[in-house]
Amino acid sequence: MSAFILRRALQALAVLFAVGLISFAMFRFAGDPVNQMVGAETSPAERLEIRRSLGLDDPMAVQFARYLAGAARFDFGISYQFRQPVAQLLKERMPATLELALVATILALVFGILMGVYSALRRDSALAKLFQAISLIGVSLPTFLIGILLIYLFSVILGWLPSFGRGDTARLGWWTTGLLTVSGLKALIMPSVTLGLFQMTLIMRLVRAEMLEVLRTDYIKFARARGLRTRAIHFGHALKNTLVPVITIAGLQLGSVIAFAIITETVFQWPGMGLLFVQAVQNVDIPIMAAYLMLVGLIFVTINLAVDILYTIVDPRLRSSIHQPA
Amino acid sequence: MSDIAVTVPETAKTPSLGARLFDSDLWASFKRSKVTMAAAFLTLLFFLVAILAGVLSPQDPFDPAQLELLNSRIPPLWESGGQAPFLLGTDQQGRDMLSAILYGLRISLVVGFLGVAFSATLGIGLGLVAGYFGGAVDAVIMRIADVQLTFPAILIALLIDGVVKSILGNQLDPMTILGVLVFSIGLSFWVQYARTVRGSVMVEKNKDYVAAARLIGLPALVIMLRHVLPNVLGPVLVIATINLALAIITEATLSFLGSGMPQTMPSLGTLIRIGNNFLFSGEWWIVAFPGIALATLVLAINLLGDWLRDALNPRLR
Repeated sequence: MSAFILRRALQALAVLFAVGLISFAMFRFAGDPVNQMVGAETSPAERLEIRRSLGLDDPMAVQFARYLAGAARFDFGISYQFRQPVAQLLKERMPATLELALVATILALVFGILMGVYSALRRDSALAKLFQAISLIGVSLPTFLIGILLIYLFSVILGWLPSFGRGDTARLGWWTTGLLTVSGLKALIMPSVTLGLFQMTLIMRLVRAEMLEVLRTDYIKFARARGLRTRAIHFGHALKNTLVPVITIAGLQLGSVIAFAIITETVFQWPGMGLLFVQAVQNVDIPIMAAYLMLVGLIFVTINLAVDILYTIVDPRLRSSIHQPA
Repeated sequence: MSDIAVTVPETAKTPSLGARLFDSDLWASFKRSKVTMAAAFLTLLFFLVAILAGVLSPQDPFDPAQLELLNSRIPPLWESGGQAPFLLGTDQQGRDMLSAILYGLRISLVVGFLGVAFSATLGIGLGLVAGYFGGAVDAVIMRIADVQLTFPAILIALLIDGVVKSILGNQLDPMTILGVLVFSIGLSFWVQYARTVRGSVMVEKNKDYVAAARLIGLPALVIMLRHVLPNVLGPVLVIATINLALAIITEATLSFLGSGMPQTMPSLGTLIRIGNNFLFSGEWWIVAFPGIALATLVLAINLLGDWLRDALNPRLR
């Protein structure tokens, strides 16, 4: 098992290295960093001096190593638009994105599993058909349209929920949270529903398919034959066995949730990393783009690795097969 | 004459493509599903009105000379204050919404189709090469695919879009932006094709017909393109249909985020971006109609893709 995890960890490092290389290439070659920092009146000699002081004359390998070393210390350079360290900007914005992604994932898990179980157990009921229709809409409607629709309904027509921002936030050390204030929670509702809807449909479809599969198996028939109560069979035996793939998918999707937060944050003007990234793309703020890529890469790789490790713990079959030579 | 019967060439007996199509299982399953027929009808309708946009629209929305600021923010015809000929109302520049949607639909579809064509060509090519040659080539291509698959396509498209624009400069004309969009969408969707084709090719290449083709000395390129490729196209078609919907959504999203088509030559996504600013001032039609058009288009193509996947999957028959 440790050989498997070691191999996976090495792969993860290789991916991170590749992502680092791409973001370094962006940082170094897309636009001239010196041009971005100085005004038009700077003389060529001064430019050369800045160039030397930034180390842009060193061999590429040295520059790349320096970039990676900086990234490892969360030093991603200075943003062109904000004239602030990128790391500082990301640190300020990160709580907003992580809270949004977390709440969206929880919503998606709870409602996705409930709806999936229901539509597997009562396949032909009207409600199950309604769920199927919702899932089709969740897949087909672009995220930003769902957001706009919600804003129109709940902010413009009904006036119940705020259409932008995080509301009041409370400070816990450097972390700002909207989970402890009423306006923060109200502001969180629409963005998290928007962001979670796609994941919810995914989880619902998966739970439904897995449940239908499991309900056909012999041990369920045997449990019925033993006269166990239906509730115990459905939730104690059937649902439990569908949860491993569900949790895997939900875990792997957490990365996509963070990426899709870009869209949701733009619709709701949510002050997170995604909004920062979109603004960076529009203003060609390369340091932020490169840093965001590295950060998201790190998050993705970590999640993938964690899921792989969890898998070997949860599923003993995977453990034993690894010892066999391929 | 010898008594060995001369075999009539197969092609002579094969009925025309049309006749074969109407006789096939695919057509039968198509006729059975009313939803699929409705989806196909809608998709065709969208294609048609997009092609005929120039004839159908009362106005050329890309021509600033035809826009009158006096006509700005007129509600749809059936609302009070509606004016002919603006059936669906106008936006803040006095642009007729119906015309803008028809032209925008055309741009969305063009970007979608070109994006799919680009990613399919790239993915099929790399998948064929990886599957046919194996070894180090295969390893390199598939590792790149793995890395790319870790990230969602929309993020990659946004990044590529941003990088290309930072290289080309920020002041681009609309047609170049369209090209950049196609390029970034194409580069973000190739992985699925490559994986599918590679898998099928690895199965196909051990079959006798490939061995026979090798034996008579055909070059690898000819074997791949003429003999292996046609046998792996079924799944590719399914992916392409579903990816068309995805590519259209991706383009719309990029345009909505402000990294796509400019306001002077708007796609559906750009129109929604514009309309979003007028949501609170009561001009709901500026965002609603492009939104409905986009949602219906994507839904119809998705339904077609779902049907095609089930119809071409022999296990589900």
